[in-house]
Amino acid sequence: MDNVFVYCEIEGTVVAEVSQELLTKGRKLADQLGVELHAIVAGTGIRSKVEEQILPYGVDKLFVFDADGLFPYTSAPHTDILENLFKEEKPQICLMGATVIGRDLGPRVSSSLTSGLTADCTQLEIGPYDDPKTKTHYDNLLYQIRPAFGGNIVATIVNPEHRPQMATVRSGVMKKALYEGKAKGEVVYPDVKKYVSPEAFVVRVLDHHVEAAKHNLKGAAIVVSGGYGMGSKEGFNMLFDLAKVLHAEVGASRAAVDAGFCDADRQVGQTGVTVHPKVYIACGISGQIQHIAGMQDSGIIISINSDPDAPINKIADYVIVGTVEEVIPKLIKYYKKNSK
Amino acid sequence: MGLKIIVMAKQVPDTRNVGKDAMTAEGTVNRAALPAIFNPDDLNALEQALRLKEQHPGSTIGVLTMGPPRAGEIIRQGLYRGTDTGWLLTDRLFAGADTLATSYALATAIKKIGDVDVVLGGRQAIDGDTAQVGPQVAQKLGLNQVTYVEEILGIENGVARVRRRIDGGQETVEVPLPVVLTVNGSAAPCRPQNAKLVMKYKYATCPMERPENDPRADLYEQRPYLTLNQWSVADVDGDPSQCGLAGSPTKVKTVQNIVFQAKESKTLTASDADVEGLIKELLDEKIIG
Repeated sequence: MDNVFVYCEIEGTVVAEVSQELLTKGRKLADQLGVELHAIVAGTGIRSKVEEQILPYGVDKLFVFDADGLFPYTSAPHTDILENLFKEEKPQICLMGATVIGRDLGPRVSSSLTSGLTADCTQLEIGPYDDPKTKTHYDNLLYQIRPAFGGNIVATIVNPEHRPQMATVRSGVMKKALYEGKAKGEVVYPDVKKYVSPEAFVVRVLDHHVEAAKHNLKGAAIVVSGGYGMGSKEGFNMLFDLAKVLHAEVGASRAAVDAGFCDADRQVGQTGVTVHPKVYIACGISGQIQHIAGMQDSGIIISINSDPDAPINKIADYVIVGTVEEVIPKLIKYYKKNSK
Repeated sequence: MGLKIIVMAKQVPDTRNVGKDAMTAEGTVNRAALPAIFNPDDLNALEQALRLKEQHPGSTIGVLTMGPPRAGEIIRQGLYRGTDTGWLLTDRLFAGADTLATSYALATAIKKIGDVDVVLGGRQAIDGDTAQVGPQVAQKLGLNQVTYVEEILGIENGVARVRRRIDGGQETVEVPLPVVLTVNGSAAPCRPQNAKLVMKYKYATCPMERPENDPRADLYEQRPYLTLNQWSVADVDGDPSQCGLAGSPTKVKTVQNIVFQAKESKTLTASDADVEGLIKELLDEKIIG
């Protein structure tokens, strides 16, 4: 009862990094609430392959559901597992990654349990809440904090009456860390048939194809990012030249992705990747809040923009007022000249 | 055999082009400053519906939307591209809905419409970016779901084959009908409006969109297809306690305008001296190397 649960997603037998990040966060929340951290993982042939990827993050109890048909992920069997397990366990909080899987599973489970779900949270905290209408006081609610409205406002959402309080969080927003305290580390292997009805296996995955990541934006030491101000796809490609010279990764703002300048998987921001590089070079990015939310923790921020009043300049350490066409070739030239 | 297709679509403020006047001084959203548009992913869903209709003669497409009376525009936008009908859910009782209350309203309307084969919707709406409503509607209707769809490859013998995007790759799956599919923004873009259909439907309105003493009253009398379906909570036999604010488990505790801590920044020009100076400084301090 009342424990904190994290749904761990897998690719084959590898636990997703975002799940480990959430275990670390879930452990902190559980400590704060004085309850246990429980984890769920479901797949095929995962027994004795996933436990060591999950337990070291401070898990008191791990539920491993291992059966045919649970990998690749489909909606109904995983929904059945969470729905039926939660009816027994009555958790107060459930966290999952704001991934394709988490954003497919979370809403389905929240609908079947009539519990609130907040997507893409950037902060999770515990605190009190007074309902202005019913004059009811609540202690120890989960504050689900997320940007909304294209990232122009930040809202704190609570679920006063319904359990579990569910939230999804994007990869890279929380930081994973091995737990240094003592957790119980119990592992159970429930009988999948007791949780999943045979009719749940209706969706047949004919082909499941995952490529190794084309880039390591999340872990890059230097990120060179382009916005709508890059002007065109050809203009945007200049960033790849700069990135190659600097050993950096290329990111983009949502406006650049929407304009088709580059692939969506390079988007930095609230609805993209959150990055924490040593150096972030924003090229032709005006700095909508939804973008800033994904890069504000960078060490040094350099903004290249022809508009001296671009909002991003306010958070930049260096502002170069000029066009990207003029400045970027100069950065390449002078880096080459001085780096040796 | 024809398919009965519903496209769930939302009218949204265009949050992608937020100008300086889009926020009030108090930090609330100035809705009047943001144009209302057809949610982008929902247009991708509409295109998949129109393709299905072409492949399966005898199919019908209806656009289902919820919002204030002006959201009737979403139904017209569908008609201009080849849909057959539409329903606007509009009622003060629907207002203030979170995703769960929204999906309750949509699912209740879909039940009322009945015998649906395919329910399509965009993956997510740009004003909330939650991607929750599609799966929640599917759950409430007890239907199968496939999210992040990029292409419906075909429907045969009551089974749909679809290609979907997953993290770092793609999947092809088979799913029996009836099914809820949410379509990703990377799917084929929607076709443009058809000029003949625009002429035919430009005066199509929901009753609540019309002014009093409407000069076109006679036209609506003569051409019933110009009157769009407008449904209240009672019209769909909805439970008011599950609609709108009352039916929303999540509550907004606080909303804040985002203010970032301004830094002391060094402003440089694009001159060779400034750029080279910056590069040298970063190299000297081993910030880049």
